[in-house]
Amino acid sequence: MAQQFRTSSGGHIDRGRVISFTFDGKSYQGYEGDTLASALLANGVHLVGRSFKYHRPRGIQTAGSEEPNAIVELRSGPRKEPNTRATTIELFDGLVANSQNRWPSLDFDVMAINNLFSPLLSAGFYYKTFMWPASFWTNVYEHVIRRAAGLGTAATEPDPDHYEQCHEHCDVLVVGAGPAGLSAALAAARTDARVIIVDEHPTLGGSLNRDNYTIDGKHGSEWAAETAAELAAMDNVHVFSRTTVFGYYDHNVIGAVEKVSDHLPVPPAGHPRQRMWLFYPQRVILATGATERPLVFGNNDKPGIMLASAARSYVNAYGVKPGKRVIVATNNNDAYRTAIDLHRAGIFVTAVVDSRAHPDAPLADELKKLSIRLLTGSAVGAAEGGKRVKYAQIVTTQGDTLDPVRIDCDLIACSGGWNPNVHLHSQSGAKPVYDDSILSFVPGESRQAEVSAGAANGSFALQDCLDQGNAAGAEGANMAGFEGKEVKAAKAEDEGVYALEALWIAPTPYNKSYKQFIDQQNDVKASDVELASQEGYDSVELLKRYTTQGMATDQGKTSNVNALAILACQRGEPIPQVGITTFRPPYVPVAMGVFAGHTVGNDFMPVRRTAIHDWNEKQGAVFIEAGLWLRARYFPQYPGDTLYNCYVRETEATRNNVALVDVTTLGKIDIQGPDAPEFLNRLYINNWLKLPVGKARYGIMLREDGMVYDDGTTSRLGENHFFMTTTTANAAGVLAHMEQYHQTEWPDLDVVFCSVTEQWTGIAVAGPNSRKLLEKVIDIDVSNEAFPFMAVGECKLNNITARLFRISFSGELAYEVNVPADYGEQAWLDLLEAGKEMGVGVYGTEALGTMRIEKGHVAGSELDGRTTARDIGLEGMANRAKHFIGKHCSERPALLGDGRLQVVGLKSLVPGRNLRIGAHLVDPDKRLGSVSQSQGHISATTYSPQLDCGIALGLLMDGASRHGEQLDAVFPLDDEKLRVEVCHPVFIDPEGELVRA
Amino acid sequence: MLRIECPWCGVRNEDEFSYGGDATVERPADDASQDDWYHYAYTRDNPAGPHREYWHHVNGCRAWIVVERDTVTHEVFSTAPASPNLPAGNREG
Repeated sequence: MAQQFRTSSGGHIDRGRVISFTFDGKSYQGYEGDTLASALLANGVHLVGRSFKYHRPRGIQTAGSEEPNAIVELRSGPRKEPNTRATTIELFDGLVANSQNRWPSLDFDVMAINNLFSPLLSAGFYYKTFMWPASFWTNVYEHVIRRAAGLGTAATEPDPDHYEQCHEHCDVLVVGAGPAGLSAALAAARTDARVIIVDEHPTLGGSLNRDNYTIDGKHGSEWAAETAAELAAMDNVHVFSRTTVFGYYDHNVIGAVEKVSDHLPVPPAGHPRQRMWLFYPQRVILATGATERPLVFGNNDKPGIMLASAARSYVNAYGVKPGKRVIVATNNNDAYRTAIDLHRAGIFVTAVVDSRAHPDAPLADELKKLSIRLLTGSAVGAAEGGKRVKYAQIVTTQGDTLDPVRIDCDLIACSGGWNPNVHLHSQSGAKPVYDDSILSFVPGESRQAEVSAGAANGSFALQDCLDQGNAAGAEGANMAGFEGKEVKAAKAEDEGVYALEALWIAPTPYNKSYKQFIDQQNDVKASDVELASQEGYDSVELLKRYTTQGMATDQGKTSNVNALAILACQRGEPIPQVGITTFRPPYVPVAMGVFAGHTVGNDFMPVRRTAIHDWNEKQGAVFIEAGLWLRARYFPQYPGDTLYNCYVRETEATRNNVALVDVTTLGKIDIQGPDAPEFLNRLYINNWLKLPVGKARYGIMLREDGMVYDDGTTSRLGENHFFMTTTTANAAGVLAHMEQYHQTEWPDLDVVFCSVTEQWTGIAVAGPNSRKLLEKVIDIDVSNEAFPFMAVGECKLNNITARLFRISFSGELAYEVNVPADYGEQAWLDLLEAGKEMGVGVYGTEALGTMRIEKGHVAGSELDGRTTARDIGLEGMANRAKHFIGKHCSERPALLGDGRLQVVGLKSLVPGRNLRIGAHLVDPDKRLGSVSQSQGHISATTYSPQLDCGIALGLLMDGASRHGEQLDAVFPLDDEKLRVEVCHPVFIDPEGELVRA
Repeated sequence: MLRIECPWCGVRNEDEFSYGGDATVERPADDASQDDWYHYAYTRDNPAGPHREYWHHVNGCRAWIVVERDTVTHEVFSTAPASPNLPAGNREG
């Protein structure tokens, strides 16, 4: 029969809306308003998973986000989501869920044999069991551990959904919409303060929807619904349901995840699956409620054992009977309500087992009236049964040695007391303090603009929750600058007092050894805590790591206090002395997609394209990422054309004729002001004061520690006007560097500057025929006499205003044309057109790199932050009579002594073999793999069409004085060893005649 | 998430800024000893508590500012322009 465990009426479900779903391939039905957990229980399904280490059968323990056991794989295909708590999954039509950590089936799991080997899997087993031999780690242990441990499996296809990130400011943020939270939001909102109230459930109300309370003469859930409606109607209130605050960060910044579409089969068009919110409140009210503690007894993990509050939640909120024959086990008053609510729903409560000798008299009377048996001074010592609890062994807690009493049951609803949810308070930087009256931790002194109210504050009585919320709301608004008339909180009907006595571990029947679980998700037992303590891991932080208690996806919400208490018993100390671990975000597991938001795939980073990009693309260029830029790497001419063919062809076209390359990506900084020359003089190691107008100069910048930071040419366009270029990679950094020195050290310098990288398109025209080409389109005299090497001038390229620079990176006669970016493509096309009859080519970064290596120009691979100007052979540029950044540290003795890695050229002596970046340079004829000191490494390599051999730049110990030596370039990962000859880094035209021609 | 008040732009999220190092160290004079320059380049205190730091409003107005911050609690006590006598041209930026 379908849903045979439904009550005849009641619950916040819509019995008219039947929903079909499957679990482990079997079809079931539930109702709208169910969670997956409540729907499974309605169908009598209690066994929903296998445990992490021992593969023990596990059931549903809670009715909320603290669930340790009932974690399932939700959905399938690319939307599959492992480790999802069945207790928080809202049921939707067609939902597919599967149990985890079992093979071949949930019912019969071969790994359950671990249960017999449990002595091998005790506390610290990771450290003890898999120690040696080392080779077993990769070959055996890792494989076994990965197969045996771990929970669900992740989807292998890309996530088809998208995620949003939003920000919102407010005066008062209320976290949690139970009685305290609703009361707080209402009080704050009445002052006109901007209020945000957040709750993880689809409906506001918290415990009011799960318990039978009366407020202002109404059922608590009715009062909650009316209050929620009142809040929703206020313009200054923003209500977030299905939203969980997961992080309390510095400066009162709050992170929350809104599950926009998780309750639907797929997100509606145009909607994200989830949304991340960053809230910026003036004041925060934490009304996060409390979480019930399980009792620790033998086999307390069997399906059919759940929290007392969860049992009555299933009855009250979902109209589900979690069992037919129930034992309520408790050490406190609160669980009596479970017995009463279940009894009223027609469930047979066979006994209330209270560990206290003298429970609350009015409650005892009430049970008597309902004819529910009450056993005092007793506890469940152990549960028995296979995949569902069958009976409990009841023991005495008062030191008697009576035989245990067997009571048959199919559900044990247990309560070990309540823990205020102090997680966010702790995350805010505050330290929770132990409160002996509730045997748990309550918020301590606030460190940020937050206050806790109600159960989160350790006040469990409903009227206290309403009053504290009301006061906190008014006070929060007041502190944010809002005044309001004092309004009394709603009136709750008296529901008795909360009182408890400690019962951290129940005695076992006949003192036999049982598995008494504390942390069910990580399979940590009371005996593990005891063992850890005996082995010296007896501080809370060590205990946590050694036993893994509290380190599962539930972060030990139901287990932390029990573990501390048992550790305290072991140490013979009171709990406050043992302390508490720090809670850290996220409060609940949060999908990575939410943190990524829209910055995935193509949107991971912005893409910068030059004005010539479209043309490059039309030519079929292969692009390479250079920082955020896409640069043309090479231009294949026919199908199957290789990188090698292309760069050789493009290099030859440049060296023998003329070719264009897009150099827009170089950083460009416009510098103006009377002190601009002095500013440059301090930034660069060389002289700038006397650079004539209309000239460019190559400059080197150091960091304060004397290492080379960047290089490039800077031109003087006017008396007080300079134009700097930087490397592509350092463009942003150099600008920040200049801003720092100008604003922190030299604010007296009258100079201004800004990046103009995007404003100008840069095109290099290189090759012996470059002048001939330019003469056709440039309106000024570009002859060697009128426009010599390093000349700079304004001109027109056809009718486009341009700047012309006689600079060369290729080592050929070359010019660089800059035009406003809007005319970049036109200028490129004009140059191509002008060069058509002479067969002008184009080249990409690969040929650019080849030619710079042939010419011995250093670049990022040599300027790696560890080389000085001396190391790259350019110390001669420095003017040490003036002050410049890095001057003093570059004179430190160790940087001037022997043994420095210096830039050298390297030629492959093995015909047809190119060298490899990263290869180490060692003495020749050493056996590969033998111990030999690396004397340096190769930083950049290419095949040189000019020299017809593999060449490279490298950094070699004392390399400047070792030209002519032979070494081996070794790359042990590939068993590669190539003989090389050390040479001057400038392979072609060392005198620079070509560039000056 | 730190919230930092840029003297020009108001309170902004930390991710608009980049950290710029210790603002308590003074850059030595050009004729200072090698030792002074060595300490300037390499040695830093690592105080637990109030500290003065440079931050760069790099994704904002690009001002360098001095932030007085507690390195333990992350409380920000004050923010100010890196230099009290910035030329007017910079302020207008």
